[in-house]
Amino acid sequence: MGNRIALTGNEAVALGMKQIAPDVVAAYPITPQTEVVQIFSQYVADGDVDTEFVTVESEHSAMSAALGASAAGARAMTATSSNGLELMFEVVNITASLRLPIVMPIVNRAITGPINIHCDHSDVMTIRDSSWILLFGENAQEAYDNLLMANRIAEHSDILLPVAVNMDGFIISHAVENIEIVEDEVVKEFVGDYYPEKYLLDAANPITMGPVDLQDYLFEHKRQQIEAIKKVSGVVRQVSQEFAELTGRHYDLFEEYRLDDAEVALIAIGSTAGTAKAAIDNLREQGIKVGLLKIRLYRPFPAKEIVEALKGVKTIGVMDRAESYSNTGGPLYADIRAAMYDVGGTAQVMNIVYGIGGRDMTVRDLENLITQLQKVTETGEIEERIIHYGVRD
Amino acid sequence: MATLKELATRDGKFCGGHRLCPGCGAGIVTRQVLAAAKDNVVVGCATGCLEVSTTIYPYTAWNTSFIHNAFENAAATTSGVEAAYRALKKRKKFGLEDSKYNFIAFGGDGGTYDIGFQSLSGAMERGHRMLYVCYDNGAYMNTGIQRSSATPLGADTTTSPAGKEIPGKVQYRKELTDIIAAHYIPYVAQASPSNWKDLTRKVEKALSIDGPSFINIISACPRGWRIPEDQGLELHRIAIDSCFWPLFEIEDGVKYTINYKPKTKRPVEDWLKPQGRFKHLFKPENRYLIAEEQKRIDERWEMLLRRAGELD
Amino acid sequence: MGDSVKKPGWKDIPIGGRIEDAGNSQKYYVGGWRTRRPVWIKENCIHCLFCWVACPDAAIVVEDGKIQGFDYDHCKGCGICARECPAKSPAIQMRSENIEDQFDS
Repeated sequence: MGNRIALTGNEAVALGMKQIAPDVVAAYPITPQTEVVQIFSQYVADGDVDTEFVTVESEHSAMSAALGASAAGARAMTATSSNGLELMFEVVNITASLRLPIVMPIVNRAITGPINIHCDHSDVMTIRDSSWILLFGENAQEAYDNLLMANRIAEHSDILLPVAVNMDGFIISHAVENIEIVEDEVVKEFVGDYYPEKYLLDAANPITMGPVDLQDYLFEHKRQQIEAIKKVSGVVRQVSQEFAELTGRHYDLFEEYRLDDAEVALIAIGSTAGTAKAAIDNLREQGIKVGLLKIRLYRPFPAKEIVEALKGVKTIGVMDRAESYSNTGGPLYADIRAAMYDVGGTAQVMNIVYGIGGRDMTVRDLENLITQLQKVTETGEIEERIIHYGVRD
Repeated sequence: MATLKELATRDGKFCGGHRLCPGCGAGIVTRQVLAAAKDNVVVGCATGCLEVSTTIYPYTAWNTSFIHNAFENAAATTSGVEAAYRALKKRKKFGLEDSKYNFIAFGGDGGTYDIGFQSLSGAMERGHRMLYVCYDNGAYMNTGIQRSSATPLGADTTTSPAGKEIPGKVQYRKELTDIIAAHYIPYVAQASPSNWKDLTRKVEKALSIDGPSFINIISACPRGWRIPEDQGLELHRIAIDSCFWPLFEIEDGVKYTINYKPKTKRPVEDWLKPQGRFKHLFKPENRYLIAEEQKRIDERWEMLLRRAGELD
Repeated sequence: MGDSVKKPGWKDIPIGGRIEDAGNSQKYYVGGWRTRRPVWIKENCIHCLFCWVACPDAAIVVEDGKIQGFDYDHCKGCGICARECPAKSPAIQMRSENIEDQFDS
């Protein structure tokens, strides 16, 4: 077993990167991810890790260099937040399309307009259709654990897609927690070495990557991507199982918290899940049958499994920390509603858009919300299906 | 320096059957650059004519490892390849310990002077062991001849058209070679495929350096320049003799060497006249632009001579 | 040489658009682009290789440092080779790409 030490989310992720010791890291600082880059730089400067650290001049070049490194045959990582992700957006898509298993922690922060450095999920939601695998954690421990599992998922021969390990900016990235650290040697063995089948530095077998792919072939290459996406859930479960055997910490595609007999369910992503658990515990004491489904794997979306887990729930409150500006609520809400369609069912599904630009979501807020959802369960009446919670009129 | 016979034995890294236009300068530039490389090569390429015409799936003209990422990031992508090489060599993976590799990025002027400028500057500043080759044909030819910051003054392009009010491009081109030299990297040069000896020597020198290098190479585009397909190299010679495209090199940001001095400098009109894109400049009302271009070329040539210590 | 055969499905091609057959553009015929063809006049050739180094299409065949002729599958007929030929009596002539002319080449 490992050690328990007090670390912030950023420190935990930087430590995880050191333990993985990728061949190449190319990254650029941005609040609230900056510490990850700084701490990793110090590791490199002190000789604690022999990774080639490429101090690029932008996030666009961070992902471009990571892509080049990965294509060359290296295990490559980067890390970013918010506008950094938006700047690298073009290459984020190319990375997935070229099937390069890059791993990237994203410290989630509102995207600018106007500028705001605090947490919401508007950054990562812009890459939800990129075929990146998106993992989320509730706290620093989960961010660290997800990171240790990410390469195994990304580099699996059935997958070969990049993975983003998400954690909430400041709330997780800057808060100190007691974290169980896996020993260096154990990480090394668990993550293993990366041996791509084809790579640029194989002089005996030269390849062309990123060609012009027109109407006669691009569709076939996209179909291959779909095939890999279909297999992600299985691989995530398999890798998580192995991780559990190693650490005793169990992870699945999502976490069910007091959901078995629940009539009201919250669905949340990120640190709010932790707050929700506290609210649920309080209201359970008052006899309200409420539970939580916490998303871990957001892309690809485990729709079938989620619907199964929600069986018997009468009112579902989907918590979105981002808007989609479509008049149809946040992105998670759209996913859940689409998933529920196939099973018919009579559950009421509501959307709570919250926490934009880092606005607090307290236990009291969540208790309020659960009480409202409970009222819907009892009366069947819904005033507004999409609630922008905590915004001033 | 390699002779043509030796170079011919190193041919084959860039194959026929690509779909560049007949007489395209980029094809000549690429063949000459790659023939000068003795070791294994990984090519990074910006979006542009060279890339789209040489890698139309399922065909590739590259008989060496090649990666295209996007338009503006050939330098960053190649820097990642180079970093991977250093990492994997250090970690003794894939038997790379005793290998020798050259990392060469290609970009047109659009992908280099304009959209890829930041990526290039970053890669040069970081000191990656890579050669960046810009094939400068003076416009976005791939998308149909739009002006770039490399487009010469007065050129008629589809986004700087010669019209009733505006006589083509109203700005001077920017001198990217000088800008890259200001990074004080080991080696920067300007070359032309019409002088293969000079070009080959420069590429060999660039590839022998343990650090970044940049070579800006003029590259005729028969369509964009509106010249016959067989005239490209001849036009390059006039570009050199008129000092529109001087052949020079800069070591470590400070040591300037002029590699070729025309016995008699040809007037810029000789360079402009054969090209359809400058036709309108010869109308009486536009001739002032020719005088301005001549003045700019003279001033720049004098500056280069002075820096090279050839003028007092 | 076009693509008359049925194209492969998604299970039968490398992932990510990778091309694993380096230099296979040589299987692609662009000779049909020509309106003029270069014709090599062997007896005039001084084997200086100036045409070889100037060809954008890698369409001049050299073996042991000697010109062997043209690769007409890949020559697009730009004519740069003929212009660059320094031989006193030109060793490359551009001729119209039509049936009659092909007979006397």
